[in-house]
Parts: sequence; structure tokens; C-alpha cells
Amino acid sequence: MKDYRFIGKSTPRKDALDIVTGRTKFINDLTIPNMLYGKVLRSPLPHALIKSIDTTEAMRLQGVKAVLTYKDVPDWKAGFPHHVRILDSKVRYVGEGVALVAAETEDIAEEALRLIKVEYEPLPAVYDVEESIKPDAPQLYDQFPGNVFPQDNVVFGPHTLNEVVIGDIEKGFEEADFIVEGTYAYENIPNPLPPESPGVIALWEGTDNLTVWLASQGPQIFKAAFQRRMGNINLQSLGNPVGGSYGSKYMSWQYALPAVALSKATGKPVKFCYGKAEHLAAFTLRLGSRIHGKVGMKKDGTVTALSGDWLVNSGSFSEATQGMVAVGCGEAQLMLRCKNWSFIPKMVCTNRTASGQVRGFGGQELKCALTPILTMGMEKADVDPVDFFKKNYVKAGDGFYWRDGDWWVCRGIDYSNAINQGAETFGWKEKWKGWLKPTSVNGAKYRGVGVGVHGNADAGEDVSEVYVRLEPNGSAIIHCGIAEHGTGQRSSICKMVAEVLQLPLDRVYVTPTDSLVNPIEIGPVGSRGTYAIGGAVIAAAEDAKRQLFELMAPKFKVKPEDLETEDGMVYVKGKPDKRIPWIKEMQYYGSIMGHGRFESDFSIPNFMMIFTEVEVDTETGKVDLIRVVGTTDVGQVIDPLSLTNQLNGCLGSAGIDSAIFEETVLDTRLGRIMNCNMIDYKWRTFSELPEMEHSILETPFPTHRFHAIGVGEITPSPGPSAVLMAVSNAIGVRIHDYPLTPDKVLSALGKIGSPMRRE
Amino acid sequence: MTLTLEKSSHSTLTLTVNGEKHSFMLGEGPHEVASSHTLAHTLRERLGLTGTKISCDNGACGCCTVLINGKAVQSCMLLTVECEEKEITTIEGLGDPVTNVIDPLQQSFIDHTAFQCGFCTPGIIMSAKALLNENPSPTRDEVKEALSGNFCRCISHYHVLDAVMAAAKKGGNQ
Repeated sequence: MKDYRFIGKSTPRKDALDIVTGRTKFINDLTIPNMLYGKVLRSPLPHALIKSIDTTEAMRLQGVKAVLTYKDVPDWKAGFPHHVRILDSKVRYVGEGVALVAAETEDIAEEALRLIKVEYEPLPAVYDVEESIKPDAPQLYDQFPGNVFPQDNVVFGPHTLNEVVIGDIEKGFEEADFIVEGTYAYENIPNPLPPESPGVIALWEGTDNLTVWLASQGPQIFKAAFQRRMGNINLQSLGNPVGGSYGSKYMSWQYALPAVALSKATGKPVKFCYGKAEHLAAFTLRLGSRIHGKVGMKKDGTVTALSGDWLVNSGSFSEATQGMVAVGCGEAQLMLRCKNWSFIPKMVCTNRTASGQVRGFGGQELKCALTPILTMGMEKADVDPVDFFKKNYVKAGDGFYWRDGDWWVCRGIDYSNAINQGAETFGWKEKWKGWLKPTSVNGAKYRGVGVGVHGNADAGEDVSEVYVRLEPNGSAIIHCGIAEHGTGQRSSICKMVAEVLQLPLDRVYVTPTDSLVNPIEIGPVGSRGTYAIGGAVIAAAEDAKRQLFELMAPKFKVKPEDLETEDGMVYVKGKPDKRIPWIKEMQYYGSIMGHGRFESDFSIPNFMMIFTEVEVDTETGKVDLIRVVGTTDVGQVIDPLSLTNQLNGCLGSAGIDSAIFEETVLDTRLGRIMNCNMIDYKWRTFSELPEMEHSILETPFPTHRFHAIGVGEITPSPGPSAVLMAVSNAIGVRIHDYPLTPDKVLSALGKIGSPMRRE
Repeated sequence: MTLTLEKSSHSTLTLTVNGEKHSFMLGEGPHEVASSHTLAHTLRERLGLTGTKISCDNGACGCCTVLINGKAVQSCMLLTVECEEKEITTIEGLGDPVTNVIDPLQQSFIDHTAFQCGFCTPGIIMSAKALLNENPSPTRDEVKEALSGNFCRCISHYHVLDAVMAAAKKGGNQ
């Protein structure tokens, strides 16, 4: 393996000093002169018409600058298809906005909310995905009869994938040695819960100038989506460091649009930051996912047919549900080399806060429900799940429909080595005793193991465009609109440029995440930071280097390709003693601008497998996560510590723990979320960390300059179904109701009746 | 404490933060400190010390942790008016104010990339600092226990433990 100067070496994050000294400015740390504070009055009812709304008293309160209702907000629409207004005359979930207030202080804005009088006409509400599609169910939208979101959308182009129909499903089932069938669900709608709640500052000036400072994983997406919808205004989007996102702050319109409307109404900058209760009860959650599925299998674990109805509960609106379903459908094919499919999703709205993008993007939600059906087949065939996943994970030459609806053929590597090494690190062979058999028993404590797999083909998704500017003093500036949301990717792209140009790392900078100075950048999502954004960054640095050598070649009387550069000096290959600094030819007034572009490529899937060992206390029903081993192949590590951070992230962001204790509890009598604070919403503490180990392979990917591929987004997604398998094996009973809280475990063991919540 | 809140419009409050004294008028005005204000609010909104983060605002997550007389406390759970005559240290007050050299614990967080998004990091560093003040040679389990009130959703816990243990070791304590 090539020994690089920066790539693969641990280097401090460029933003590290600011982070550890508290100098990093997150959105709520910013103030702008004359800034007002925005607040939202939220609906106490899950489904109702607003009969009347009186804002007179609120307007009279000193310090209040604007109170807006559905009658006076701009008619910008969001979601897919465009159907969500900032405020509407109908509310569809508890927590939906009813009125907006801008005031001089947060306290005054809060007080004004109490002075708004609203009269509602309550409507019946529906929460269950199958109840919602019944003919007599309450209807949420006139334009979506039957509460089903249309699939003829253009999220990912005109042919966006909206089902998996391949081969001959009947013939597939005929070829099977046996068929298993069942219904499984992942409907605990956990919250990815970044520590920083969503927030924005918006400033509307004059008739058509808008500046937004966004805590967003993709601040330029807001501009791309809304600039034209707002009348082709001048829109500058600025991305702040993001205090965690895990996908959830990618589409920022839910919090951005109210602030924009208030700023437009007042002419002043308006800050609007969610409180934690709003974040937990009125922001987007994971999708609800339920599958009625049927699998045909041969005795050796070959899957001959898969049919199923995938019922997707999107809550009150679709933020990006069609896109998540498209990617989920693609990812199902990556994990399963099956020739005959009939897998049909249905996207349904219900009266709870909406589901939206979360790390795992449809794929985690799908896997959590689909894998348990597959394990029924594995159990019947008595196939080891590690062998099953190894046999069935996509290999070079296999084809699959990806999110754009096109048929892609895998050009990636074989992940069997990663699986083998992961199994060895975990000690799978010793711990696996067969289906529904514990690994060990110690009194009332039963241990079991489970494994899950995930991967996507989005590591090369979408276009990225980047400029790299060389300055005469021997430094490089990367013009890239990438936001920093915790992966360290802004630092990692500096490493890539430093490596290409052989510059010290402290001579490479990235421009602020500002749409005025950078080409459009969809952002670090879907593990695309390394391969797609990195690909554009590297191409721009190479282009700049080429121009530099063309400029310097006459000086050396050689061809440009005979030159090398190091630390801002140029020399002829093999003759490093005679060096000329860049400035000699660039002059102090010159600069070089290299351009790089990456085009979408869905042919290189990435891969993540997670092994888990759990201990179940059969007296109390408590499940403890004892050990986690992740295995992947990244081609080439860019930054070792950033990579292990991302791999450890499998526990967080509504990942593994959504199988053990994480859930958003919806009271279906009132439509209210009952655990909207961080005491009642459960999260893992330092004192309950499992042992964590990773096996990281580096099999070079030939299609990347440094042979690397990203995996950050996918790390949590194999985890929940692995835990389900582990607990089932520990207690010898199939159990599948996420999360596996003690009541459900004891119920599965027959020690108590059905848990109350399963009404 | 000698303040009389009844005379709030004429009363002042003095806080000692990072070794500096700051006086405030008590009251409900935009630049005053109200009796309902939390210390976290006052630090951020009146003193501009935004290194102290507010996440849950409910005493659950530890993002707002500061030191009061050397002990870790959640500043969202304390009223500012209770904090007079106490030594308050925030993340901005770590390190040497003269040389600008950061605290070895902060350096260790940099060396171990013991953060991802970094939002919870100031609170975690302050909790760890309080632990090391009291117990300069903690075991890994003692560090876990001391940080059990600090939320981190990116899961940087493992690197944090490495960073705190390394800082304790460098302090010549192990």
C-alpha cells in the first residue's frame, strides 16, 4: 500500500481548536444587530380545522413585531410533491404550526403565543398505517385520496425507483424449496436527536434579497429548492457548523421557512431555534416501516423470490419519503442477490409529526422489517446468517435498479474478506450455536449473538463541483460548499488537496459554506463525502497542478509533466535540489484556479456489517448490549480517528439502540408524543457503553485517486436487526417488536401478558 | 446572599466568571438579569460566553456544564441570582489566559479527535475537568461514571475516554 504524507495518517481536525475552546459558533451562538426572535404556536390537536384565530392581543404586547397566521404567510410549498405550507387552515398533527410570532426577546415572543386565541373544529385522527388506508379513514389531504402519497414524482429524476419488480415472481416461488411469510415492522419512530436543535437566522431585505444562516447538513439545498419557489429572489445560504444532524437537518425548510416569513414581514433578521420539546415532538422522525413479505428460498440459502407490500408511515407529510423509499428499494437488492422480485411500497400519511431523512435513509427502516422475514427462511434452511449475507451481498457484475430507476452493474469489490475478518474479530464461529440457541447461560442471564448487513450505492451519488485556488505564497483554497456536521469531512478534503499538491496541511483551507463563493454542493450525505465530493476536490487540485506546471515548465525548459511540486516549490522530477517557489512565476498578483467535477456513479456500493452480543436478564427482561464489532472495507483510510468516530456512531442517531430502548412514544388517544424531553426519551450514557471494535479493510478501489470509499452514513443501519436476532437467539424465542424493552422480553418469555402498548 | 429581589430595579448582581467580575442590573429589561434567568442563559446572552451550550435546557444532557467552585454543575438548572459569590469557570476560562496555551485536557481532545460535531464537547470537557480536579488518576470506569450525565449523539465516547485517560496520564498521575 502506498505510504502517503497525509492520507491514512491521523491529523488534527482543522476546526479542533475552536471546538475544544468553545469558540465554534453554532447557529444559536450568533446574534445580528436588530435581531428578532421567532416562536411558533403549535396545535394541541392531531387533526382539526382552524375555525377562527385572533391575534389582536398578541400584537398589542410591547416588543411584538409580527404575528402571522395561515392567512398571511407566503404561499411557499415544501415536501414531495409540494404540499406543505408554512401554516395551513388545517392542522394534521399535534405540534403543527398555527401561528408565528417575532418579538424583541424570546420571553416576549413566548408570552405573545399565550395571547393568541384559536378556535378549532376537531376532526378524527388516524395513526396506524393500515388504518389510514382504509376507505372510511379520516382524510389528511384533498389531493392525496386514501392518504397515499403519489409515486409519480421527480425526486431522483423522471424514472425514480418506486418498486422492485424483476423476473418472474411465480416461477421464483416454484423454484423454492420452501416459502416463509410474515409481517414485521419497525415503527418505534426514534428520533436521531442531534444535541443542537434545528435553528436558523433569516434576513429578508428589500423586495428580493434573502440571506439565511442555517444549521444544516446541506445549506445549499435550501437555496436550490426554494430560490425559484420564492420568485427567483437573490438567495444567499450560509452554512454554520452543525451540532449534529444524522440526516435530520438536511432538508431545513421546516425551520427555515417560518423565520424567512417573519423576516419578510418585519424587515429584520429573525432567529428561530427549536427548543428540545419541539425538536422531540414536532420535528421529523424516522419512517414507520411495516412489511407483509414472502420469501422463497432453497436449502442452501439461495433466495429464489421475494414479494412484499412495504407500508411506509410518513406521518403528516412527505419531506423526502419517495426518495427514501427509492433508496431503500435499491439497498434491498444490494443485500439480496435474488432474481425474482415483486416488492411494492406504499407511502401513507397519518396524524403525527412527519418522518423525514435520517442516516440510513429508508434503507435502515426497510432492513429492520425485511431482515426478520429473511431470518425465518435462514432458520428453516438452518443457514448461518453470516454465510447467508456473504453469499447474497452484491458482487461485481451483479445488476440492480438504483434510485434513479436505471439498471446499474456493480463495479465494486467483493466484501467477503471484510465479512470473514469481522467474523473472526468477533469470534462468530465460537459464539454462534445455531438459530434460537443461546451462546451461553449464566443463571438467569442468557447471551446471544446476531449479525446485520447494510450498504448503499450512494457513495458516488450526485454531482459535486469544486474549485481549488492556488495562491502565490504556496497555499491552496478549496471552494466547496460542504458543511461540517461532525464527520470531519471539511478537514479530510484538505488532506486530499494537501496530498495532491504536497502542501503542508496548514496551507490548505476551505472557503466558508457560503453559496456566494462556492459552486452548488448538495452536501455530505449518503456517505458521498469521500468518493463524490472528494472526487471533485481531487480533480480540481489536479487541474490546478496541471496549470501550475504549464506555467512553470518554460522556466525549467521541460515539459509540464516532468515537474513535481512540494511545499509551494516546483522542481524537475528526480532533481529536487533546484526548486523554484510558485510565486516566481505566479507573481504576487496571480492565482491559479483549478476546476473539478464529479458525475453521479451508482456502480460502487459500500458495505457495513455489524455483529452484536447481548445479555438478556430473563428475570427482569432487561437487554444489555455487551459487544459490538463492525466490519467494512473502505479501500483506503483517509483519517483513522474520523473513521472510527463514524463507525462508533452506529450506537447513536437512532441506530442500534432503536432496537433496545429508543422510541418516540405516541399516545394514540390524544395524538401526543409523551416523551418529548431528554429524560423520558432514552439515550445511552457513558456508563453503559458496550465493548466496541472494528475490522477495517483497505482493498483499493481503482476508481478513486486514493482508492477510497465513504461509509459514514451506513454505520448504524445493520445494527437494529442484528440486536433482534441476538435477543431471539439468547432467549430461544423469536421476538421482533422494536425496541426490545423489558416488558416485551418478559412477554415473549411468557412471564407476563402482552405489554399494554400492544393494544 | 444579601440581595433583595423586591427592589429588583435598583438591585445589582455580581458574578465572578473566569476570574473576572461582572455586574448586572436585576430586572426584566433586555439587558438585565431577571430572577427567572438560568446561569446558562446569562452566560450566553449577557456575557457572550457561547461556549456553554444549551441542548435539553432541562438538566438531562450536560451540554451546559460549567464549574462552580471547581465542581461540575449544569448551568441550565441554576438561577443566575443563586450564583453570586461563587467562582464560575466556563470552557472559555480553561487554559492559561496570559500565554493563551490551552489546558492539557483540551489538547488531549484535539490529539484524539475526541469529538465529531463538537456541540457537546465543551460540556464534556468541563465534566472531565471537574473529575480530574478531584481525582487526578481516575480509572476508565471512573471517567465513564463522571461523564454519565453528558449526552453525545455522534458517539465520540470512546475517543473521549481515551483523551481523558491520556490527559490524566500526562499529568504524571499514572
